[in-house]
Amino acid sequence: MVPPMDDLYRLAPELVFCGFGMLVMLLEPFVSAARKKWLSVPALAGAVLGLAATALPAAHPGAAYYGLLRIDTFSIFLHLIVGAVAVLVVLSSADYLEREKLPPGEFYALVLFATAGMGIMASAQELMTGFVGLEISSIASYVLAGYRRDSPRSNEAAMKYFLLGSFATAFFLYGIAMAYGATGTTNLESLRTAVAQGHAGGLLTLGLGLMLVGLAFKVATAPFQVWTPDVYEGAPAPVTALLASGPKAAAFALLMRILFVGFTASSGAWFWVVWISAALTMFAGNLAALVQTNVKRMLAYSSIAHAGYILVAIAAVGTMPDDAQSVAGIAAVLFYLATYVLMKFGAFTMVSQLGGPGERRLEINDYAGLSQEQPWAAACLSLYLLSLLGLPVTAGFLGKFYVFKAAVNSNLLWLVILMAANSVVAAYYYLRVIVVMYMREPQQEWTPQPVPRGVALVLLLTAAGTLYLGLFPGKVMQLAIQSALSLR
Amino acid sequence: MQGPLLLTVIIFLPLAGALALLILRPEDRVWIRRLALTTALAELGLSLLLLRGFLPGVAAYQFEEYRSWIATPPIHYHLGVDGISLFLVLLTTFLTPLAVLASWQSITSRVREFFLMLLVLETGMIGVFLALDLFLFFVFWEVMLVPMYFLIGIWGHERRIYAALKFVLYTMAGSVLMLVGILWLYNLTGTFDLPVMQAMLQTSQVLLNTRTEMLLFGAFFLAFAIKVPLFPLHTWLPDAHVEAPTAGSVVLAGVLLKMGTYGMLRFCLPLFPEASHRLAPYIAVLAIIGIIYGALVAMVQPDLKKLVAYSSVSHLGFVVLGIFAFNATSIQGALYQMLSHGVSTGALFLAVGMLYDRRHTHLIREFGGLATPMPVFSALFLFVCLSSLGLPMLNGFVGEFLILLGTFQQHARWAVWAATGVILSAVYLLWAYQRVIYGDVTSENNRALPDATRRERVILFTAAAVILWMGIASPVFTRRMEASAQNVLKQMQRSTAYEARDSRGAAPRAIQPAIPSAGER
Repeated sequence: MVPPMDDLYRLAPELVFCGFGMLVMLLEPFVSAARKKWLSVPALAGAVLGLAATALPAAHPGAAYYGLLRIDTFSIFLHLIVGAVAVLVVLSSADYLEREKLPPGEFYALVLFATAGMGIMASAQELMTGFVGLEISSIASYVLAGYRRDSPRSNEAAMKYFLLGSFATAFFLYGIAMAYGATGTTNLESLRTAVAQGHAGGLLTLGLGLMLVGLAFKVATAPFQVWTPDVYEGAPAPVTALLASGPKAAAFALLMRILFVGFTASSGAWFWVVWISAALTMFAGNLAALVQTNVKRMLAYSSIAHAGYILVAIAAVGTMPDDAQSVAGIAAVLFYLATYVLMKFGAFTMVSQLGGPGERRLEINDYAGLSQEQPWAAACLSLYLLSLLGLPVTAGFLGKFYVFKAAVNSNLLWLVILMAANSVVAAYYYLRVIVVMYMREPQQEWTPQPVPRGVALVLLLTAAGTLYLGLFPGKVMQLAIQSALSLR
Repeated sequence: MQGPLLLTVIIFLPLAGALALLILRPEDRVWIRRLALTTALAELGLSLLLLRGFLPGVAAYQFEEYRSWIATPPIHYHLGVDGISLFLVLLTTFLTPLAVLASWQSITSRVREFFLMLLVLETGMIGVFLALDLFLFFVFWEVMLVPMYFLIGIWGHERRIYAALKFVLYTMAGSVLMLVGILWLYNLTGTFDLPVMQAMLQTSQVLLNTRTEMLLFGAFFLAFAIKVPLFPLHTWLPDAHVEAPTAGSVVLAGVLLKMGTYGMLRFCLPLFPEASHRLAPYIAVLAIIGIIYGALVAMVQPDLKKLVAYSSVSHLGFVVLGIFAFNATSIQGALYQMLSHGVSTGALFLAVGMLYDRRHTHLIREFGGLATPMPVFSALFLFVCLSSLGLPMLNGFVGEFLILLGTFQQHARWAVWAATGVILSAVYLLWAYQRVIYGDVTSENNRALPDATRRERVILFTAAAVILWMGIASPVFTRRMEASAQNVLKQMQRSTAYEARDSRGAAPRAIQPAIPSAGER
């Protein structure tokens, strides 16, 4: 049975990602070893076309596949994010794979499959669809995390990620089952009605709790964040960039759909959970990041902290989930995700580039005197770091600004103050890297790696995006507000 | 060029100059210096145009620019200048060329980046003084940290990294809370536009209850007090000053500290008058402690640069005291003191920097008897010291006198305590001067020190000329400040239900920001 044409349009990006993923795998055996690096061409084409294909669902909004998916501006916004991440990953990993002598075929295929999964998570209007999307993206990322097969650290990362991750998804699935048991539906719209009518018994609350646990693991918020530094450190750097951006954004999307569509009426049940988790996550991330000497690890902890900032905005929405004002909070989350993806991806790509063959130069002290050897690299990394820190004129500032605004609007004064304190703590470790790059003399011989064209393009795009969103956030914010409205 | 874009050009010209520096090769040091100096001088010229076009006796903002920037939330690119900010802009544009000149020889590594940072810093500082949108203000306020951080951290002395980090973290701790305060105010008023917000609060369209007002005042005041720095938040200052390169110290003392007092005048007083009144006694006590403590600590410093740094704590205490005496005279005095402190302390740091260039030390005991080898320098240094300790006819006197006069009218006891600071400043400055300049040449290293070079004479004579001019031609300045100083007090009055609005004569400002057309000027 062929689904109606409109439904195919609504699934177009995922179809493109999967189609090109399979194409890359099919081509792989027929390409001689010397030419394997050219597999990046179909992979890039798939990523770019998949991103471009977002125009099709954008032109055909509505429910698809009997309400399994829902294409609205919210899902378009996230499709743009995960599609862009796919393009950036392919661009930045072409030379990395060659440098590290890793087989490119499966890598690209997995990246594209993972992206398809994230796309599904972004438009899931149904808990089971969300679960399927989550699994597609997770399984691909488990493999990707262990892609440096001869590196013990990479293996460790994959193992940890897989074991804990499958645990988490099991929790998520169990939660779905309980929600179904309590209400007889897994559709979020129907759940919303059921909850509003007061069906929310202990079973449903328990189900929601288990789902939150599963997703908290995926977005790495306290107390389920412990895996993050090990996995981010061990995974190949382009994969780390992917893990820190795309799946996180998609998992936040799913979380928001569940909380803001399915469980708006019972926000009292989850508001304090989110509040406490936000506070814990910020401190867990920032305090641990203070003592790191490894840049990759430090950035991993910093991304935990950023997940905490995003939770602050979600908590802000939780105080008044039905209010029109909550739109600002949802938009703040979306805008933050966009800025976060840009700066984090840029930072990890730069770290991967500076790490050199085998990713050996990852200690902060290895960056001593970088500003004299490679002034542009140092300036670029400083830009990302200052943006992560939240300094004006960079995207990170506006992201933080909107989160602050949403939280102040909801009178979450204590959470705001905690977040403010955290921003100052975070300033210390971001600035420390800049100190080393600019204010210390080089300690050892430094042979700068030539910057491959793909990586250069990624850096240019992310840096320009970081500045653009920092100076002119208007258009993206407008889209974020429309997305938030479409969720109502 | 009196067109509507004058303020924008003034803000962004240094940035353009900084970007132009990137075109030059790092080895072309001569051209890099020349380009930086040209930019700084052109900037000075532009700001003089601003002075020429400024109408004295008008309290409202002049040269306003109003353009929308971000749609949601409504954030505007709103600039304007009044009697409070006018001279602070001039101070900035005056000190920057001097800072460039002072760095001519003493900065030898990464010259291009140094001048780049200095010019970016100028853009940030001027932006802070001209922004009338709270968001825009905050952007400039924070952005300015980055170049200052690099100036201290890269080109500073031994403990530069510690000092730079401390400076940034202190400032950031305050400013994050200020951001929260700004957002809270936005929440209450629905705007980031300062004049609109001010009008809404003043006409009681938006009422703040006492608790809210106190908290908001605290959020803003803390950020400004750290910047001033008010005792006991001053501990970052000696470190930052001592470790910064000469140009950094000049700009730090000359302009950055004024941002704190400027912020108090521009935001704390007009927006939160009740909280200001309630907390004024406590703030005044801290200011007086700062005046005396700063002076006493300065007196015992073995390090000349640290001495000047602590003298800033003392002098800025006067400014805060003048502001929180809520008297038109004392506020004018505070404004005047801000300027004269900028010029005098800037000049002191320049002079100390010249000694450092020769001997690579700031320790007082390393010097002595410099009058013999360096007569011209010694004379000019004396002149600068005298201005800083407030000798009549020179600039320092006017500000301190007005502050004490105004404060005395309101709170005689405050003025009595503060006046001891005037005596103490004479003690530490003259004592230090005596040990450095007079007596016999104690160290052989000092016997053959070259006197001030032509470049250094240009710097010191320029500063001395301005010091003298400000001392004898103070009406030039006060005439332009007066209306704005009184306006601050007027803005502090709140209309209440039973108090007829027009009883004060002035109609409240329209809620929609009225942008004067070019013809109105």
